[in-house]
Amino acid sequence: MQERAALSPAQINGDLLHFALKTPRQFWIALGVLGAIVLAGVVSEGFIVVLGLQLLGLTNTVYWSVFIANFVFWVGISHAGVMISAILRLVYAEWRRPITRCAEVLTIFALATAGLFPLIHTGRVWRTIYWVFPYDFTRNVWPDVRSALIWDPSAIVTYLIGTILFVYSDLLPDLANARDRSAGFRRRVYAVLSLGFRGTVRQWRLQTIAGILLASLILPVFVSVHSIVSWDFSMAILPGWHSTIFAPYFVIGAIHSGVAGVVTVMVLVRRFLRLEDYIRPEHFDAVGRLQVVVAASWLFFFLMDFYFGIFSREAAEIEVWNLRLFTPPYSALLLVMIITGYLIPVPLWLFRRCRRSVRIMFWTSLAVNVALWIERYMLVITPLSYKEPFTFTWVTAYKPQPVEYIITAAAVALVLLGLLVFAKLFPIVPVWAVKEGQVLRREVRIGRVTVPAVAREKKY
Amino acid sequence: MAVVNTEALLGIFETPEQVAGALDRLRADGFLATDMTVLTDAPYPEGAFGEASERHRLYVWPFVGAACGLAVGLLLTIGTQISYPLVTGGKPILAIPPMINVLYEGTLLGALIMTVIGIIFESRLPDLSAAPYDPRISQGYFGVLVFRLAGRADMAQRALRRAGAIDVVGTLPSG
Repeated sequence: MQERAALSPAQINGDLLHFALKTPRQFWIALGVLGAIVLAGVVSEGFIVVLGLQLLGLTNTVYWSVFIANFVFWVGISHAGVMISAILRLVYAEWRRPITRCAEVLTIFALATAGLFPLIHTGRVWRTIYWVFPYDFTRNVWPDVRSALIWDPSAIVTYLIGTILFVYSDLLPDLANARDRSAGFRRRVYAVLSLGFRGTVRQWRLQTIAGILLASLILPVFVSVHSIVSWDFSMAILPGWHSTIFAPYFVIGAIHSGVAGVVTVMVLVRRFLRLEDYIRPEHFDAVGRLQVVVAASWLFFFLMDFYFGIFSREAAEIEVWNLRLFTPPYSALLLVMIITGYLIPVPLWLFRRCRRSVRIMFWTSLAVNVALWIERYMLVITPLSYKEPFTFTWVTAYKPQPVEYIITAAAVALVLLGLLVFAKLFPIVPVWAVKEGQVLRREVRIGRVTVPAVAREKKY
Repeated sequence: MAVVNTEALLGIFETPEQVAGALDRLRADGFLATDMTVLTDAPYPEGAFGEASERHRLYVWPFVGAACGLAVGLLLTIGTQISYPLVTGGKPILAIPPMINVLYEGTLLGALIMTVIGIIFESRLPDLSAAPYDPRISQGYFGVLVFRLAGRADMAQRALRRAGAIDVVGTLPSG
């Protein structure tokens, strides 16, 4: 079946630059709603700064709260963005074209949001300056590079800068295109940002190579980041955290939630920017197939974590799993996690009809992210909550407080707000890549059928 | 709005075949491969217009960046630890395994930054020249830009027109 419609360059420009160059009323409504939620989060953070961490539900053992779970969750979401984009570029997957930039931009805003949580978590945010500069300037006492808490920011800063550069270099031709289609102040801004890109043969040649080169460089960063985030936990000698499986387990969990996050953004972009001709059921079908594999791998690592936990027969480890499996509210959360992360979505994704249903893909992708948020919450909170032998450390269950709920919701709004503002300023679907797809598009007659094909320059 | 410039001419074409024909005519009239280039709104396979292969050194940039990033990483990890040599957890002052994490990230960050700088530099950006340009290029038309006219403007214009240019931008006022 021929799904790829033949689109003229003028039509592609009109469709993909429309939202960036014209402002519909819905944009201001969405901006207002998301902005209000973000503002509520900012006010809550203000209360924490002024009144202190007493506003959180921290106990004497649960000193890493839902904010750290949010940090891990958003780092995870950020992961699949660039992973999808980079891997699909490297394997020349033709269906990558409309979705790469959504994925990359999701990475930027999710990672930036994740980066806020360790700062919020400290309460006194100004003291986080000691992560970078000496604790004691006169004696030159620098942060200890032997600590996982130093590896973590180095990895996240690398990933964030790398992703921003990746997006910018890919955006240059589209900025030039927007420059050609705009006027006044907007045109001057696009002209400066596009650096005078004209679309010479040399510029396109380098643009094509750059996509491959940057993808190759950013993939090792992608793998390292969530591994290092996992070491924030596994380097601690704490039952439930001190596990050798954490690095791959975190990476595969990040891919599971990240791919689902990309699907959610694809649906939103398709629906609100009316890009049905560009983000088509075949794209959801392809991502759905990928999700089946990723979900199965994630379940495998979850079971391995459980198996490693109980196999050692250490009382403390078994106690943590006892807490997760049989003690409310964690047992109920675990059940929800398995159901929404695997048992509901995977059987649906096995059917082509479901994978091609935008509605089913949207709801299952949301369900996966509910599951993965719960997973992060369980990973952070339960090892800190288990009852140690000394009774004075026995505590009641950690309960998130209103400010924690508000800031968690504000983080979701902040990521969506970032995506919305980006889509308003720049094309969220790469115009030049879609046009390249049209240049290379062919129809091949085989026997009595005509099948869609793609010409490929096998050079790099 | 087309930019008027007397040092270069831009012919606007509708098909890649016309562009290839224009390059052939210009070469036949004595223009060198370095005197002309093709402008398009999307990448085309190399050689699609019969143009010369573009040489570049982009592959060198990541290696230079990686070396710089590694050097900065070494300076950071070694310098900060020996500036206040305090033994913690019984680990050596210069503990190699934890240093590798920071060195790894530093190396890749350097490579990424230098690659993007390399892309911009090798693409000859920012382009501040006043060479003619036409927004129709990004609307699907093709442009053939001819430089270094040096009194050969009429010859270039004729070649572009004969190859099927629907418009030639940057011509002298006298035509």
